[in-house]
Amino acid sequence: MGVLMDENSRVVIQGFGAAGQREAKNSRDYGTQVVCGVTPGRGGQTIDGVPIRNTVREAVDEFQANVSLIFVPAPGAADAMLEAEAAGVPVIICITEGVPVLDMVRVKRVFSGSKSTLIGPNCPGVINPAARSRAGIMPVDVYLPGNVGVISRSGTLVYEAVDQLTRVGVGQSGSVGVGGDPIIGTSQRKALELFEADPDTAAIVLIGEIGGTAEQEAAEYIKTMSKPVVVFIAGATAPPGRRMGHAGAIIAGAAGTAAAKQQALREAGATIVENPSDIGSTMLKVLKDRGLA
Amino acid sequence: MKLHEYQAKALLAKYGVVVPKGIVARTPEEAEKATADLGGKAVIKAQAHTGARGKAGGVKVANTPAEAKQHAAAIIGMQLVTHQTGPQGLPVGSVLVEELIDIDKEVYLSVAIDNSAGMPVVIASPQGGMDIEAVAADSPDAIFKQHIDPAAGFRDYQARELAFACGFEGATLGPMVVLIMGLVKAFEASDGSIAEINPVVLTKDGRVLAADAKFSIDDSAAYRQKANMELQDRSQEAAKELEAHDAGIQNYVKLDGNIGCLVNGAGLAMATLDAIKMAGGDAANFLDIGTANSPEAVVAALRIIGTDPDVKAVLVNIFGGLARTDVIAQGVIDAKTQGLLPQPTVVRLAGTNVEEGLRILDASPVELIRADGFADAARRVVAAVK
Repeated sequence: MGVLMDENSRVVIQGFGAAGQREAKNSRDYGTQVVCGVTPGRGGQTIDGVPIRNTVREAVDEFQANVSLIFVPAPGAADAMLEAEAAGVPVIICITEGVPVLDMVRVKRVFSGSKSTLIGPNCPGVINPAARSRAGIMPVDVYLPGNVGVISRSGTLVYEAVDQLTRVGVGQSGSVGVGGDPIIGTSQRKALELFEADPDTAAIVLIGEIGGTAEQEAAEYIKTMSKPVVVFIAGATAPPGRRMGHAGAIIAGAAGTAAAKQQALREAGATIVENPSDIGSTMLKVLKDRGLA
Repeated sequence: MKLHEYQAKALLAKYGVVVPKGIVARTPEEAEKATADLGGKAVIKAQAHTGARGKAGGVKVANTPAEAKQHAAAIIGMQLVTHQTGPQGLPVGSVLVEELIDIDKEVYLSVAIDNSAGMPVVIASPQGGMDIEAVAADSPDAIFKQHIDPAAGFRDYQARELAFACGFEGATLGPMVVLIMGLVKAFEASDGSIAEINPVVLTKDGRVLAADAKFSIDDSAAYRQKANMELQDRSQEAAKELEAHDAGIQNYVKLDGNIGCLVNGAGLAMATLDAIKMAGGDAANFLDIGTANSPEAVVAALRIIGTDPDVKAVLVNIFGGLARTDVIAQGVIDAKTQGLLPQPTVVRLAGTNVEEGLRILDASPVELIRADGFADAARRVVAAVK
């Protein structure tokens, strides 16, 4: 089991440039089946042992690709996501940063009526350490197979949280980087639903940040969950009105502050971590308290 | 990227939004002439990227061209300080000279991105001229919303519903619908991230006008909004932020503290500021270097931090994913060797190629404070400024 990726995941990489090639190699070295690359106009070539096709449709028909990983630059990223959806790829993960928001409005509308799941854009991807199945850009050394799911808007904070967990001996069932943009394919709430339903997951680390109301929506769902959730919200000291790197990380109104999000999550029953260096130790304590570690 | 009021009004006017007659003036003499051209009376409005300009002395009514010249002389060149600008304020390089309007009614209108719905939303309120956050908190029933569904587009009936909710009917309904549709068209065509008309004014002679306008353009759409991006007024940005932008560093924000930060990833960068605060310090900046792929890029970023006179110590906090810690380590050594980073510097490296990164630090005679983990790094850098 696991979330979104498992032993049967067959990854196609859309946008087989420098980043796509590097991560294809990293994923293959890890043990993931990277079956095909798609770069229109280069179909028929083989790059670094990976066959290239012109379309995602060919990747699905010929190589049974069931996960698409997108590195296509921002102006073409919406097109790449829609092409993968049209080809019926069940899991579509977009790493690309800087996709125009109004492009994502159209993409999101298409995915709202689709059987495909979109993760991102502007995200580090998805990994299942037990299955050694990876579609993303995360460093693999920090992961340890185990029973904690990690969800984050930020990429580097996924690595930080996973590293802290591994250092205290708490392994991970998987991590899902949902992305730092205002409009993303899969919300934190949706990602929580996936881990709640996963039999290999016992607890979840959720890493949110300032801006928007996604953490409050996650809190509504946490009220109904059976599994414990440990939360860190980045940006408690960020000034209002300034965009802190991520396009979505801007405090516009009271709901966007870290304090408002922490309060909603605390009231929902989540365990709040104030200091980012305490994520691992807090999860260990929560697991021990429940007899899960 | 924010537009000035006069730029936003010119943009909206292209899409059918009626705006008051107005002329931009960059000298008191131009303001005097503009006032004469408008019939001898006008309102003089400071052009700066902030609201609440009136309370700060940035908006004055002139009853004669000579008075307009006086007001413009006082406003042009001032540093406009409001609760949105910080204590240093924003420079005013021009004024908008506008016809005086007789106000019968003021309403609020904006378009913003509704992240949860995944589409833009048009927001209207009969309580115009007020801070919409305050209205939303005190009287949520006075806020009306209609989404812009990308499948159907924004429809006339939705504009009518908002217009009715704000009390427009009879002869004023049509002009209000035209104004709302114009705002939506401008937002969509210009990759808006927020567009606000506060207030929309119904004048005593029955006109419906955008009396103020704010418009921000999605920075991610800069590549296809070239004409609008050229309207950027660099005087409204902090000098350090312009320097960073010109060096190719997109994600830099100047802050009020004295600890410079170089971090990869926006989330880790925010968390680093939080950890510094918890350790009793204050960050001088937010800097997400992203995927630094050359020591030169790291040196360029460290130059921005090292030459900031506010910075008394520096924290480099890197968790390599796409970014390689060996490249970062080499960049830190190079910046130190070139004398660009004289402040005490704490370095914490983890992730991709960390063994090689630490080996580079070990092999160099450059003096650095090494840290293991987040809390340790924050503690050490705060100790370095005390």
